[in-house]
Amino acid sequence: MLPKWFNTWNRDNPTNIYGPAILVGAAGVAVTVAAFIVVVGQPFKTDSLQTGPRGTGMSVPEFVSEVRDADPTIAGYLRRDDITEEDIAGVSAEALQNVPPALGNISDEDYARLVVAMRSWTGIPDLMEDPDNYQTQIAYTMVGMVQSINEDWIGHVQSNAVVGVNCYTCHRGQAVPSEIWFRLGPVNEAAGGWAAVQNRVTVQSQYTSLPSDALESYLLDYGRIGVHDLEAHVAAYPSEEGYPTWQDTERTFSLMNYVSNSLGVNCVFCHNSRAFYDPEQVTPQWATEMLGITMVQEINNDWLVPLEGLYPEERLGPVFADAPKAACKTCHKGYQQPLQGLNVIDEWPELALTDPES
Amino acid sequence: MAEYQNIFTQVQVQGTPEWGMETEQSGQERMGRPGFSTLIGWIGNAQLGPVWLGWTGMVSLATGILALNIIGLNMLAQVGWSIPEFIRQLFWLALEPPSPEYGLRIPPLNDGGWYIIASFFLLVSVMSWWARTYLLAMEHKMGKHVFWAFGSAIWLFLVLGLFRPILMGSWSEAVPYGIFPHLDWTTAFSIRYGNLYYNPFHALSIVFLYGSVLLFAMHGATILAVTRYGGDRELEQIVDRGTATERAALFWRWTMGFNATMEGIHRWAWWFAVLTPITGGIGILLTGTVVDNWFIWAQEHHFAPMYDGSYGYEAFGTTYQGFIGQESN
Repeated sequence: MLPKWFNTWNRDNPTNIYGPAILVGAAGVAVTVAAFIVVVGQPFKTDSLQTGPRGTGMSVPEFVSEVRDADPTIAGYLRRDDITEEDIAGVSAEALQNVPPALGNISDEDYARLVVAMRSWTGIPDLMEDPDNYQTQIAYTMVGMVQSINEDWIGHVQSNAVVGVNCYTCHRGQAVPSEIWFRLGPVNEAAGGWAAVQNRVTVQSQYTSLPSDALESYLLDYGRIGVHDLEAHVAAYPSEEGYPTWQDTERTFSLMNYVSNSLGVNCVFCHNSRAFYDPEQVTPQWATEMLGITMVQEINNDWLVPLEGLYPEERLGPVFADAPKAACKTCHKGYQQPLQGLNVIDEWPELALTDPES
Repeated sequence: MAEYQNIFTQVQVQGTPEWGMETEQSGQERMGRPGFSTLIGWIGNAQLGPVWLGWTGMVSLATGILALNIIGLNMLAQVGWSIPEFIRQLFWLALEPPSPEYGLRIPPLNDGGWYIIASFFLLVSVMSWWARTYLLAMEHKMGKHVFWAFGSAIWLFLVLGLFRPILMGSWSEAVPYGIFPHLDWTTAFSIRYGNLYYNPFHALSIVFLYGSVLLFAMHGATILAVTRYGGDRELEQIVDRGTATERAALFWRWTMGFNATMEGIHRWAWWFAVLTPITGGIGILLTGTVVDNWFIWAQEHHFAPMYDGSYGYEAFGTTYQGFIGQESN
């Protein structure tokens, strides 16, 4: 096919064409990629939130494509204006009888409107219909809990702006909110003490080998989170009662890792990582978080755990048949602010404050 | 022309296996029929074996296998003897030291007892392997440099698992045997004692570690670069300096004004490598015993400056809504 002189010439002049070809090819690809980035822009753009003084490396980096996505559950939120007169009229007379004590002072119309909203937010179509239904009974308590969170924990739920919480903050249209948790106890067989509660892939350990009992220890049992000595030299030993060991540090680390995953942030959103304990080197969000931890302890111990007897068996924990519990992720769902800072109480004043008359 | 190179050897020497010198006991003490492997010939000498086992090798292998099996069987027991779970969770599983309340007493088997037993066998295994490096060097009428170098690593090993736990009065301070768990320990250890980066001995250890890497790369590159002049015959070049040494020395002297010598570069490398675990071990030994918060210690010694500036994103004119691109809300 090729002329004879060409083949002869090639045979007589053996040349390494692969070396130059690879070189030219690599250079060509590099130029093309560089030109693409210059013209089109960086395809994986990042943005970062500076959280501390220059030189400390305190920043929360994010891919723009991810951080700019709206929380998809916001679209499913039922607003007050979305509720029609027919919706309100559709609430049965029985349901209107079952007014939770915490809502004793609101009008029938407001109550009916709230029932419509709560049914949408929780995805339970017959909520409040039957006073013997366990979901209705739990809702009685939950209304009080929401009011209490909004009134007593204003420092956490309104730390940035008037935002507050309502049923939708946790439920997001589902009867059982996502990201609830149960006590696990020991996760390893044939092991006791420190060896039994860690080194397994669990949701509670956030798939790390850190202890799986962090939520239980700190957000239910009021365990001490801080592990540091506040002097350079301290005479204390691990076998002494109350000495924070590296084991306690791992448990704290497990909790902190859970918190950061729950909020979609990193360590330096709150702390200067060179001195995690130092209250002089933390951001305002650290204080918000401290309030949050105390709030969750109260939510669990005062509101959720006492409901244990009301749940049917399939709603209880797999190990201890305990009541479902809440923590950071139950509301935050991976966002810095739940529902990305959507104000969920301005339209529902009855949920924003406890009822003084009741 | 055929080239003899160390990695991806193009010419492999394969023939009658070399047994070493004939002695009266050589048949008994050298174990295994020597053979050749083209695969290992690509990265080094193609001949595999024989091995001089000796009593130290026997003890070391037996106790080492025992320790490993205790660790592995404990992990297997933790997942209820399920092989698939054992494989799935292998990197997560560990044999943990005892809970803190047992101090230096003997704990129950399922809460650190097996850990103590495995550690004991591991200790015997490592120490008899250490003896082996001494005895074999003696056998070959060599210096004991390998023995002392291994000793520096053993120093760190003993600090972590024996000396520091005893000083702290609790076996619970030892490092767990597990892939991820020993990394968790490392992080927790640093955080617990106020950030190990402010421990000067930790800093020294990093200097020697990174320095070892740099020296290794410089020396390896230099020798490979003068191999064409016989520079890879380092021992000959040490006693009878040739053009390879001259060129290598000139290269570095012209590059940075100073050059090591053909012999001295190996002392540089040995000391950098050996000082890595020695300084690291000192740093670990001081932590929790002498110093309980390295950051505060560093502040007291004026090398942890405070930074000027505010904390929190609000101080930098940013808002959460702006960050997520919803400023209008």
